[in-house]
Amino acid sequence: MKNIKKSILLVVSLLLVTALIAACSSTSTPGAPTTEPTAETSTVSVSGSTTVQPLAEKLAEAFMTENAGVRIDVQGGGSSVGVKAAGEGTSDIGMASREIKESELLEFPNLKIFVIARDGIAIVTHPDTPVSDLTIEQVRDIFSGKITNWKDVGGEDQSIILVSREEGSGTRAAFEEMVMGEDVLIAASSILQPSNGSIRTTVSTTPYSIGYLSFGYLDETVKSITIGGVVPTEPNAADGSYPIVRPLNMLTNGEPTGTVKAFLDFILSEAGQKIVVDDGYISVK
Amino acid sequence: MSGRMIADKVVKYILFASAIISIIIVLAIGFFIFRESIEAWTELGIGEILFGTVWRPGIDQYGILAMIAGSLSVTFGAILLGVPLALGCAIFLAEIAPAGVQAVVRPAVQLLAGIPSVVYGLFGMVILVPLIRNINVPGNSGYGLLAASIVLAVMILPTIASIAEDAIRAVPENYRHGSLALGATKWQTITRVILPAGKSGIIAGVILGVGRALGETMAMIMVIGNSAIMPRPLSSNPLTFFLSQARTLTGNIAVEINYATGIHESALFATGVVLFGLIIVVNASARWIIRTQKYVEKAN
Amino acid sequence: MDERSSEIALIHKAQALNLKKEQRRQSFWVALMWLFGLITVSILILVVGYVLLKGGTAINWEFLTTPPKGGLSGEGGISTTIGTTFYLVGLTLLIATPLGVGAAMFLIEYAGEQSLGSKFLRSMISVANFAVETLAGIPSIIFGLFGYALFVSTLKFGFSLLSAALAGACLVLPTIIRTTEEALLAVPNDYRRGSLALGATKWQTLYRVVLPASTPGIITGIILSVGRVISETAIFFVTLGGSYRMPTSIMDSGRTLALHLYYLAMDTRAFDKAMGTGAVLVVMIILINLLIDFVSRKLTAGVRRVR
Repeated sequence: MKNIKKSILLVVSLLLVTALIAACSSTSTPGAPTTEPTAETSTVSVSGSTTVQPLAEKLAEAFMTENAGVRIDVQGGGSSVGVKAAGEGTSDIGMASREIKESELLEFPNLKIFVIARDGIAIVTHPDTPVSDLTIEQVRDIFSGKITNWKDVGGEDQSIILVSREEGSGTRAAFEEMVMGEDVLIAASSILQPSNGSIRTTVSTTPYSIGYLSFGYLDETVKSITIGGVVPTEPNAADGSYPIVRPLNMLTNGEPTGTVKAFLDFILSEAGQKIVVDDGYISVK
Repeated sequence: MSGRMIADKVVKYILFASAIISIIIVLAIGFFIFRESIEAWTELGIGEILFGTVWRPGIDQYGILAMIAGSLSVTFGAILLGVPLALGCAIFLAEIAPAGVQAVVRPAVQLLAGIPSVVYGLFGMVILVPLIRNINVPGNSGYGLLAASIVLAVMILPTIASIAEDAIRAVPENYRHGSLALGATKWQTITRVILPAGKSGIIAGVILGVGRALGETMAMIMVIGNSAIMPRPLSSNPLTFFLSQARTLTGNIAVEINYATGIHESALFATGVVLFGLIIVVNASARWIIRTQKYVEKAN
Repeated sequence: MDERSSEIALIHKAQALNLKKEQRRQSFWVALMWLFGLITVSILILVVGYVLLKGGTAINWEFLTTPPKGGLSGEGGISTTIGTTFYLVGLTLLIATPLGVGAAMFLIEYAGEQSLGSKFLRSMISVANFAVETLAGIPSIIFGLFGYALFVSTLKFGFSLLSAALAGACLVLPTIIRTTEEALLAVPNDYRRGSLALGATKWQTLYRVVLPASTPGIITGIILSVGRVISETAIFFVTLGGSYRMPTSIMDSGRTLALHLYYLAMDTRAFDKAMGTGAVLVVMIILINLLIDFVSRKLTAGVRRVR
């Protein structure tokens, strides 16, 4: 008789799934959600920039220890996804590691932007590289492919291996804006990696490589290069002497309420900003 | 009509519905991927996408020829390395290995097929890439076609080996007896009788291996370097072609889809359409070969 | 006569020489084939052995029972990713198994039916067979793209277990259909005739007689699918989101073991933890292969008993 029960269960689930799939395949028009993804107020979904992601994870962990019963899901995706997710409401909070584009503000006019930290972008090389200082112009020429050998910037006679982020990445957008300028493009032959972490992994394991990284990712596995003698540190970025600095944003669709608001308030509070600084970013206070 | 007869009818239609789910899914996949890509095809033009060599979403350049070349090159490399090994393995399993050895090698092949692609990718990153980096060519980062081809060769080995083994085993026993009775050695029998007889099955296996290679994603992202450029030799030695970084069609989608919006996203779906089309052609030709073989067998 | 016999002797000699040559050639090639078999096994030992040895040192009770933490710095263990993997496997199979078994039953049990009559149904069956083969060859990133377009974006399920499971179900559906079909074909027709002769309807025959007899085959298909979902990364990379908290509902984002391995390897320098995760994955796959072996042995034993 166990078999009959099993079969009944099988048929019932079959019916359910058939109905579900049929429903899915017939609703090809957008904007017909059958389920509300964020029904519970105690669950906050955060998605977007992989630069902001680890910081958001830490902030979420701290916030969750203080507020039992709250659950914060932090997902990656990239800055563009963060803007889209917040604007379309697929996530409660979007993360973006670049300025919000005008076209995006036109598409989602209700976006509220919270600058939760500032972040420098450091130029990093494999730890064995003898070169330790470059000018912004040299960095531009290296990444555009004009300089291809370390000997041209005072290093060994070895080809430079470029490591860069994907198109669409906020870090890349910020790097292009602040270092490359309008017309100069990053060389197509650079190795492309889909996140800050994978840039760090690649640069730290590939001799003669050079890449760029968010300050929050700097560690001893890569060598950070001084720009015109200025060391990439938070104080130098905060007082404006280090040139490559961008805002880290969190976005909500309209004025935040409930747990979302509490979380954002926590981030901008002293305790939250302490985590920001501890992680190597620049406080907005 | 009694109740149970009605139930019988109802069940039949429920089962029918689940049988055509596969059709619905295939159509839905085609429909959704194509629908999302229409914007790119119409705004950029088919030629621009298929034959454009520059992929630069930042300046609205969405040519995927470099990725097509990347996918084909890495598949070619994998076939070059993997097919001899896989065929040798199949011949070994079907004709040469004693039962005891088969009992070790066959599960090994099966297990190779089951290992997650990220594990191969990790292995490639940690072992192969640093090894290849030692080849002293300017611009060689270790990431590139060679590492990707080796990883891929191992990944398609089980597919090709098991299909080819089945094909070899399917050759009727009296072919072997006949050949041996005529005084041929075992090896002559294998190369002149069995392999030609099982040819189409073996070819189908290789083609399915090609399909698998074109479709592999994560392991490729991890070892190929992902540069959106036409693979080219790094020096005057044409062999350094395989040290070139590249990007596959699959990698293009996986790496950028989460970052993309608007026409960029649409162009990635267009990449998906091209990949989908390529795979359908490859798999259909494998199926066609297997089917013609069956007709030939029936005719005999 | 003498001349003749010496001629024959010469021919024999030449033949013997030729034979020797052929035998030498044969031993060379046979040795090469042995080498290829050996290489295959060594590749397996190299990959599996390396991952298990390197990863083994990272695995301890704490690693298995604590959740990942610290953003992308690669700290913590893998407990929630193991949980998510099982959650997702369960959900995917809950969707795919009934559909796959149902489809296989129709394709095998009803396809030959005379009363089916209608040309439409017949052509649908051959189209369905074609569709199953097509599905089996579609690369997983395409399923991912499809899941992203339909479930994540259009239906607004977001990056969630539901989106991932629906896309994953498309991946394993052909596996379940094909293995179930084989299992159904292996059930002797006498069973069906006997049951029908006793007055049972077709469906009664199917679920009381045919289905129980083919259970081990269906289970094999399910276990195979478990393995595929555990190993799969590309689909979940674009549909599951990647949050490493334990999901509490099907609308939550998550991270499976394989996905966690990818993030560890690519985003952190925690190669030791990546290896540890890889070792856990490989052990799971080995167990699954053993299980399949066990079940299919049972299956063949059952069939033998029937005969």
